[in-house]
Amino acid sequence: MTKSQLIEALAKAEGITLKAAETAVNVTFQSMEQALIKSDRLEIRGFGSFKVKNYEGYKGRNPKTGELIEVESKKLPFFKVGKELKERVNGGTSQD
Amino acid sequence: MTLTKAHIVENLFAKNIFTKTESAQIIETLFEIVKQTLETGEDVLISGFGKFSVKEKNQRRGRNPQTGDPIMLSPRKVVTFKCSGVLRERINVGK
Repeated sequence: MTKSQLIEALAKAEGITLKAAETAVNVTFQSMEQALIKSDRLEIRGFGSFKVKNYEGYKGRNPKTGELIEVESKKLPFFKVGKELKERVNGGTSQD
Repeated sequence: MTLTKAHIVENLFAKNIFTKTESAQIIETLFEIVKQTLETGEDVLISGFGKFSVKEKNQRRGRNPQTGDPIMLSPRKVVTFKCSGVLRERINVGK
């Protein structure tokens, strides 16, 4: 499913215009982006939570050429799936 | 600060298109559609944000980290998120 398919599905489910559904989808993901850009935590109950993790730089090798390269430190968002979604993708039961 | 669904509802309400109740309902439905899609095993790709996918994990031997007892972990599905390149760059600006 792509963003435009999500917009169509939302418009249909809620009986709203495509334009209104597009606004809703954009507001949602822009809000989430803004939080992650500020390194704020983000939690959607039943869906999951995100937090930005810092990864230290390290010396690595280009796997193709074996050349030594410096991998710079970086920040990446880490997604932790929520309980409800975790159970639902597994057919409704938690496997833990 | 932690961003929650309530903040997203506020941001949608601020667009002056929907009432507060409608905004809450729409955001609820939006995440429900994403969850339903992942439930069927289909990926959800939001350009500029990232991709949610469902990955199948095989059965494997594990250990109870508290007692050290060996246990068999059943095959399961996990939801993973891959950040888009655009978002990744924006997160790393002024790192």
